[in-house]
Amino acid sequence: MSPSRLYTASVMPPLPLSSFNVSSNFCTEENISECILYINQELSSLCFPPIFQNSDSIRDLDAVVALNNIHDLLQLHRRAVGMMEELEVEQLKSSSDLHYQHLTNSRLKDQLELSKKENMRLHERERQLETNLKTLQNCLKDTKEEVQRLQGIIASRAIQYNHDIKRREREHNRVKERLNQLLIAKKENKQGMEVLNYVGRSDGRRCLWKTGKTESRHEGDMYKTLLSEFDNRQRELMVENIELKKVLQQMKREMVGVLNSKKMSQKEEKQSNDMDQTNSDDDELLKGHPEMSCDHAREKLTNSIRQQWRKLKHHVERLDSQASMVQDEDSEEVISKQLHEEEMERLKLEIQQCKEFIETQQQLLQQQLNTPCDEETAAVLNDSYMLEEKERLKEEWKVFEEQRKNFEMERRNFTEAAIRLGHERKCFEDDRAMWLKHQFLNTPFADQMKPQSRMADEFSKHSGREEKLISISGKVSKSHL
Amino acid sequence: MNFSEVFKQSNQLCKVSPDGKYLATCVQYRLVVRDFNSLQIAHLYTCLDPVMHMEWSSDSLFILCAMYKRGLVQVWSLEQPDWHCKIDEGSIGLVSSRWSPDGRHVLNTTEFNLRVTVWSLCTKAVSYIKYPKACQKGVDFTADGRYMALAERRECKDYISVFVCDDWHLLRHFESETQDLAGLEWSPNCCVLAVWDNCLEYKLLLYSLDGRLLSSYSAYEWSLGIKSVAWSPSSQFLAVGSYDEKVRILNHITWKKITEFEHPATIINTKAVVFKEVEKRPVVGSEDLSIHQLTVDNSLFSTQSKYEITQLPAQVPVIKPDPDRANPKIGISALAFSADNRFLATKNDNMPQSLWVWDMQRLSLLAVLEQTAPVRCFVWDPRRPRLALCTGNTKVYLWSPAGCVSVNVPVEGSFQVLSLFWHCSGSSLVLLSKEHICLCYVEAGASCGHT
Repeated sequence: MSPSRLYTASVMPPLPLSSFNVSSNFCTEENISECILYINQELSSLCFPPIFQNSDSIRDLDAVVALNNIHDLLQLHRRAVGMMEELEVEQLKSSSDLHYQHLTNSRLKDQLELSKKENMRLHERERQLETNLKTLQNCLKDTKEEVQRLQGIIASRAIQYNHDIKRREREHNRVKERLNQLLIAKKENKQGMEVLNYVGRSDGRRCLWKTGKTESRHEGDMYKTLLSEFDNRQRELMVENIELKKVLQQMKREMVGVLNSKKMSQKEEKQSNDMDQTNSDDDELLKGHPEMSCDHAREKLTNSIRQQWRKLKHHVERLDSQASMVQDEDSEEVISKQLHEEEMERLKLEIQQCKEFIETQQQLLQQQLNTPCDEETAAVLNDSYMLEEKERLKEEWKVFEEQRKNFEMERRNFTEAAIRLGHERKCFEDDRAMWLKHQFLNTPFADQMKPQSRMADEFSKHSGREEKLISISGKVSKSHL
Repeated sequence: MNFSEVFKQSNQLCKVSPDGKYLATCVQYRLVVRDFNSLQIAHLYTCLDPVMHMEWSSDSLFILCAMYKRGLVQVWSLEQPDWHCKIDEGSIGLVSSRWSPDGRHVLNTTEFNLRVTVWSLCTKAVSYIKYPKACQKGVDFTADGRYMALAERRECKDYISVFVCDDWHLLRHFESETQDLAGLEWSPNCCVLAVWDNCLEYKLLLYSLDGRLLSSYSAYEWSLGIKSVAWSPSSQFLAVGSYDEKVRILNHITWKKITEFEHPATIINTKAVVFKEVEKRPVVGSEDLSIHQLTVDNSLFSTQSKYEITQLPAQVPVIKPDPDRANPKIGISALAFSADNRFLATKNDNMPQSLWVWDMQRLSLLAVLEQTAPVRCFVWDPRRPRLALCTGNTKVYLWSPAGCVSVNVPVEGSFQVLSLFWHCSGSSLVLLSKEHICLCYVEAGASCGHT
């Protein structure tokens, strides 16, 4: 039983037969009738006949039935235990099978892993071998091509050699023939020159004897030629060198200028300041001796140029990126590329139109200049045009003169009117003064206040009116003048 | 452009005197000297045999006529027509004859290149130079006429001898590091001698006037090498054309390659202009086919042509050379610098109908002229950057940086232009056909617009 306990934890342990204390637990003196009822129920549920009749008294027990029931129950129990044991055995078996299966499963998994790895390794090896094969095939192809090429070269060389050999053989044969001819021939044609008279040298000088002096002179001439050539070349190279150096320095200066004119950050400024320092050093170095420049100075110059160029390049790249970013904005300073191009197109079109216009004008002018067929008619025509013009001008002049006269007269009239008006005003002023004086002297002193005020009112009214009159007349006179 | 009338010549022998005043032509036995401006016959000389080679002396006073079959050289004087000079090489034979730069010595190369005899017209002195080498260009004179370089071959080795032309004194004699010297050429400033090996080995050597080796250049090994070499007039550049269809330019300071010009079959360089000659056949109506028309108006049969500019990328027609023949028709066979150093014209043998013009200032391709027939001859104007070329048909073609133009030679019958050269003033062209010559007067300042 103990081994089964290890494996069958879920199964409840069987009831031990020895520990039967039913009577103490289940039935007591008091609950006999309930027990009996309960037992009846249980037995009826298990299809046993009941041990008690319902209508009888409580303690009337059917012993036979009870014993039968007990026997049957015991049989049942035994059967159940037997079945349970069987089941336990079955369970043990199946669990050990399962365990075995688990073990084999894990073993097979490991094997599978191993074989997969082996497979991959073999794949890898196969791939490597394939690439090897490919490269070797390529090598083979290249080598074959090389071999073919070399074979072609060998073939062409062989053809050349053969051709050459044949040519030489033919020449050799001809030489042999000629030699035979010469040996056979009796008359030998001698070489010689017949000339009527010897001519002078082209430069007019006499021919010189060959002496050691002439030889050395020739040598000297030859070396002179070579030397002069070297000198020329050296001079040319020097000139070129100086030019290039000047160009480089100018480039450097311009680059520095361009870079400094833009607004740069502090760091860049500092860098440029340092660069300026070195630039000034360079300039000092090279200023004094433009022809003699040691390697050091040359290197410095080229290095500084390289650095400046790099900076300029960065700057230009930055500007480019800025321009592309700013394209959508309406920035006054930066014109987008598109606008710029449009502007260019427009300007070009304008230029084209202007050119065409100028051309047509030129043509017309040419026509005009060309049309007068002969001078007389041209002169007459010109005169007639002039005459017409003159007539017209004369008339206009007359009209202008008349108008001017009219204007003069009017002006004179107006000035006279103004003078008259002035006089009249003066008289009027005098009269007024007189009138006022009379009024003042004639009025009694009783009504001083009212008449005075009335006088004052009248006075003011008059003066106001007079002022108006004066101002109006002033205006009139002004306009006429 | 005006054309003169046609004159006879034989053997393509027609030369203008160095001073430009006379035009000498050989017609079989006769040597005809005409005044260049009026084309009137000034002198007439008769030689003993049909003339094979004719050359003016450098001072334009004498003319040399060589008759190789008879081994004779006759020299004629312009000042004294009755003066005569006859050099007989005798049984030793004659393969080439040339003037010395002073115009008073005649250098004859005997048969089988046994020796070079220097005959003097001033004295009785005769000099012999042994073992001259028979190669593409074995003799060269400096531009100032003071020195002569001669290639020699002794005991299977190449040597170079430098002579002073004054008295034929041997100045320097040194071994050349070539395997088989093919040619030598002085630089225009007379100080450097370029020596190149034959096509089996790409080797270019540069020697100084005093015989020192200045530099050696080899672009590649084994394949066929140098085909042609040309100095630029300022001596700044040396152009080397090779069988690999490339031209390599060396500079005169370091003698190293500064660039190489390729001749690809497809041109993709957008700065280059490709001119293609297009023939336009005139439409012939039935009423035009009268006999009169056919005989008189040769323009009926000669086709007009004009240049069209092709769009890039352009294909250049390539003719594959026969691989089994020696000296295959592939590679740069002709190079010429313009007089002002600015342009270089090249011809690639497996693109025989095309002529390539390179800009030397930018070191890039400037123009490609594609003709309807293989280019036979091209020469630069000695005064200005103008190139004249011919392809063996009845037209002469002119290229200048402004454009190019094709001109029909309006001569009765057909005048197939086989070669041409400029007059030293650059104002006229002499066109040579098989048996005739014709002069073409070109305006000096004419800018050629492409028609």
